[in-house]
Amino acid sequence: MNHLLTTEGLSREVLEGLLTDAQEFAEVLERPIPKVPALRGRTVATMFFEPSTRTKMSFDKAAKALSADTVAFSASTSSLSKGESLKDTALTVHAMGIDLMIVRHGATGAPWRLAEWLDIPIVNAGDGAHQHPTQALLDCLTITQRFGSLEGLKIAIVGDIRHSRVARSDMFAMSTLGADVTLVGPPTLLPVHMDGWPARTSTDLDAAIEDADVVYLLRVQTERGGGSVFPSLPEYTKRYGMTNDRFSRLKAKAVVLHPGPMNRGVEISHDVADDERALVLQQVSNGVAARMAVLFALLGGDSDV
Amino acid sequence: MSDLIITGGTVLTTDGPIRTDLRITDDRVSEIGQGLEASNVIDANEAWVGPGLVDMHSHLRDPGQDWKEDIATGTGAAAVGGYTAVLAMPNTIPVVDNAQIALYVSERGRRVGSADVYPSGCLTMGGDGERMAHIDEMWDAGVRVFTDDGTSVESAAVLRLAMEYIANLGGLVAQHAVDGAMSAHGYMHEGSVSSRLGMHGIPSEAEEIVISRDLALVRLTGVSYHVQHLSSMVGVGLIRQAKADGLPVTAEVTPHHLVFDHTDVASTDADFKMMPPLRSAEDRDALVLGLQDGTIDIVATDHAPHAPREKEVPFEHAPNGVIGLEWAASVTNSVIGDDQVRFFAALSSSPARIAQITDHGHAITIGSTANLVVFDPTERWTPTDSVSRSRNAPYFGRELIGRVRATVRAGQLTHGSTA
Amino acid sequence: MNAEDLGRVATRIAHEIAERNHGLKNVVLLGIPTRGVPFADRIAVALTDIADQPLTAGSIDIGMYRDDIDTRPRTRLGPTNIPEDLDGKTVVLADDVLFTGRTIRAALDALADLGRPSAVQLAVVIDRGHRELPIRADFVGKNIPTSTSERVSVRFLGVDDEEGVWIGEGASP
Repeated sequence: MNHLLTTEGLSREVLEGLLTDAQEFAEVLERPIPKVPALRGRTVATMFFEPSTRTKMSFDKAAKALSADTVAFSASTSSLSKGESLKDTALTVHAMGIDLMIVRHGATGAPWRLAEWLDIPIVNAGDGAHQHPTQALLDCLTITQRFGSLEGLKIAIVGDIRHSRVARSDMFAMSTLGADVTLVGPPTLLPVHMDGWPARTSTDLDAAIEDADVVYLLRVQTERGGGSVFPSLPEYTKRYGMTNDRFSRLKAKAVVLHPGPMNRGVEISHDVADDERALVLQQVSNGVAARMAVLFALLGGDSDV
Repeated sequence: MSDLIITGGTVLTTDGPIRTDLRITDDRVSEIGQGLEASNVIDANEAWVGPGLVDMHSHLRDPGQDWKEDIATGTGAAAVGGYTAVLAMPNTIPVVDNAQIALYVSERGRRVGSADVYPSGCLTMGGDGERMAHIDEMWDAGVRVFTDDGTSVESAAVLRLAMEYIANLGGLVAQHAVDGAMSAHGYMHEGSVSSRLGMHGIPSEAEEIVISRDLALVRLTGVSYHVQHLSSMVGVGLIRQAKADGLPVTAEVTPHHLVFDHTDVASTDADFKMMPPLRSAEDRDALVLGLQDGTIDIVATDHAPHAPREKEVPFEHAPNGVIGLEWAASVTNSVIGDDQVRFFAALSSSPARIAQITDHGHAITIGSTANLVVFDPTERWTPTDSVSRSRNAPYFGRELIGRVRATVRAGQLTHGSTA
Repeated sequence: MNAEDLGRVATRIAHEIAERNHGLKNVVLLGIPTRGVPFADRIAVALTDIADQPLTAGSIDIGMYRDDIDTRPRTRLGPTNIPEDLDGKTVVLADDVLFTGRTIRAALDALADLGRPSAVQLAVVIDRGHRELPIRADFVGKNIPTSTSERVSVRFLGVDDEEGVWIGEGASP
């Protein structure tokens, strides 16, 4: 693995290897001194062309827990407005002596272009509605911690599938790890052409959650609002929200995941969000461990993992 | 001035392809026959000799965007690609919506062009889709093709009026057939690849909707109507039916739509970004078939230069368009197969006829203007660079079949050399 | 050395550990993955017999502490299982082969992040020399002088499909 750009096509062996390492790092993070010297002397750059404080903090913490130095680039402080091309920006930052770049961009494929232009590992921290592979890893780690593995689990991913990089990343990773994935949402938020996707689709949440072990709720982009892709937020909640009533109908051991930030009262009810079976905060903690595993795999010497 | 002869080629004459030599004296073809001699010789060596190619769809970016291209560099690329005439698209800065800018383009072409440059004009003022452009004065300045290329005229009412006016003059309405609302925020073909990439798509229906509506207006107004850069199977089907119905309709396809499809976009390399987008393999095959069976009349390049800096950005942020003047003949040759008559019909005589460019596109006869190309249909080669000011081509590093050996415009070599 | 010899080494070293650390109350045994772990397990079994009280070995992985991750292919991270609080304890590290000493240096760094033992001792199956750091073993199964180009391989059932010690020419392990 030279880069982490997508979960599509990652082998089960690679995914399981990253999860094994991530679990070790999760334990490091529990220590009184939650830091190891593994990447001492390395410098990683976070290149965020789209604001995301939480993901950036998580990567930053992961790099620092591995003793790497971090430098940050953000579009608001950048020269993009001066008309510099992405390639020039990347080459400029690279010339400062960067060993790895973590890239978040609002446009699909931006990390791919950087991987082509630069000879250092690139980690995709989210590109457009395309991929967000470390989110998939932290989600799979969270589920593994709960169920031992993903093999045979029934997982429903619910919401705006069409515009969700989380759904795409999770679907490929989860299905490679043996889960049975169903994508659930209103017809206007399901993708139009899905040839070869390792998942089924449904517009019926109540049917999909009957035997689900994991219900993964996507954030409703409230700025999309009602009246365009669905009639209104209350109507969305009624048909696709994890209400208290729906939660009570889940299997006893089923859990709820959410990538955050949550819209309480829209895709997830207030009570469900605070329930012990909503693993949202555990996901956040695991985000640091999963990202440590990725940085370690890409910078930790020659490696076939 | 001494004569130039072209020896050993298969010459496309009014009697069809004939193996013969030909002599050019000044700007005219002066002799056709065997065993000609002169000090300036182009050895065609069994290659095809035919009328210089005519591109009905070039963005020369002049006036206004000379960092991308200008008339000198754009026609330089045209000459390398075997073209002796190009129709310049009017979406320059400022746009060609009046006679002055049209005259600037043709005058500039005369001064610095390596090919003859014919301006096309906008249908609407500023290409705004609302107010009729100065069609009449542009007509008097020589403009014969009217288009708002880059956008489709959204209002059927506005388009109808322009069509009525142009039909009366005897001009051509050329349409960029992509529905604005259906393609808004779209970056590529809506299909399995766009879904996987999470990229907003442009469905084939965006083309279908515009062509269908326009055909109704063609029936209403009787105007000669030309669909630019046809991209979809359903679009090909509409043109085929319209021709069967006897409507005055023609269509073009770009070289890139003949050989690439939306799976090439999976790299997110912006040199595969254009409007209309590369569609599915099924669409591509339908375009090839449409060109072979004559439903699609011509290959037009949609040569659209953009500076490297503008394309070295994420796919979604890159401007639409790729360059193609230098490779269109090779691509067309590989798609059409070994057929000299059809090759020159698609690239020279039909575009000249449709765009009313009278000095070009004629089979070679004694006394005709020496606008010629020597094209070797068998040479395999791999492009690595361009003479355009821009480099946004998807062809670099890919093998092509057939290559332009020499281009002669009005008796002068604009590409290639004598032995 | 064959499997029987390996068993005798574990038993003898267990006796030496018991002798050095009167009573075994404060001893924590930690194997260094991969093959330090089965070695520590063997010692733990023998110590359980000697002390007549159950004793289990933990493990401490050094993958995050190596100083040569640039120059060597990385293996998977091994498990780190610390059975009890290390503060004030005597930690006995167990590994298969003592060579340059860099693995032990990394293990000492890892230990320092996990607690503050009062003493650290080292048990190895084979000491093959060629130290690059001032590190020595407290308990050695066998000293084997080697050339740097030789390959010393200790194998345990459970990890490998055979048990014993092999020495041969070839790339370093």
